[in-house]
Amino acid sequence: MDTATAETQGEAHDEKHEHMSDAGYIRIALILAAITALEVSTYYIDFGPFFMPSLMIMMVAKFVMVVSYFMHLKFDNKVFSFLFYTGLALALFVYIVALATFKFFLQ
Amino acid sequence: MADTMHAAAHAADHGHHSATGLSNNKLAMWLFLGSECLLFGGLISTYMLYRGRVSDGPHPSQVYDIPFTSVSSFVLLMSSLTMVLAVTSAQRNDDSKTNLWLTVTALLGATFIGGQVYEFTTFYREGMGFTTSLFTSSFYTLTGFHGVHVSVGVILLLATVGIIKRNKVTGNKAESVELVGLYWHFVDIVWIVIFTLVYLIPA
Repeated sequence: MDTATAETQGEAHDEKHEHMSDAGYIRIALILAAITALEVSTYYIDFGPFFMPSLMIMMVAKFVMVVSYFMHLKFDNKVFSFLFYTGLALALFVYIVALATFKFFLQ
Repeated sequence: MADTMHAAAHAADHGHHSATGLSNNKLAMWLFLGSECLLFGGLISTYMLYRGRVSDGPHPSQVYDIPFTSVSSFVLLMSSLTMVLAVTSAQRNDDSKTNLWLTVTALLGATFIGGQVYEFTTFYREGMGFTTSLFTSSFYTLTGFHGVHVSVGVILLLATVGIIKRNKVTGNKAESVELVGLYWHFVDIVWIVIFTLVYLIPA
């Protein structure tokens, strides 16, 4: 193993130290809890035509926050993001097509 | 020579790395989680397709206990916070705090599983068996698979606590905790999707 490779490893390892502080993680958790409370409120309060879009937006917001901050994808190497989001995109594409085949979205 | 020895010591300290300089273990874990998206995508799609197919037994809106499931969701969400605190403690080489947060995470996970067992028992008593309808089969398969993942996560967390306590961690300790954390956060994000699509959106 040469010095250049060792330096690359060091750089990759150093990326870990760009993570947030514990207080930052607690702030993210509080925001997630607040969004969850809002989600639950849609079950009791009539949001009319905004019901479905607001639930979807809140679900995606929570998902992205956990993946970006708690799973550190925002701070880690982009290769990890590529691996995960490729699997996610493939799953979304395959199953949206599958559901469309069964005319799920026309119901 | 000195450079080679330094690099070898660095590699031993931080685990095996690929030619990109990234950890092979983390690459494998992210690839695994990407493939898990396909598994849960299939289960969620099947549920979405069959949730209105209630030939016999209760309708989803008749059995779901939203306040109860909301509390379970909150518990699992907070376990993600304790997990990330365990990871940061491990990165600071603070073994006692790492073990504390890992144990708290395992307890929160076990609480979630306890809630799921209670929910399944209640549903069964209300006439919602596994083969009652297409809705019940797809519901139990989806939430059951997620429950198994959480249970495996709890076992991983407790095993990690035991390994750290006995000082038997081979390679990079912080990375080992981080890998368990990635798995744990994944089961949390799957539940974020299940909670919205299964429980909050009426069939």
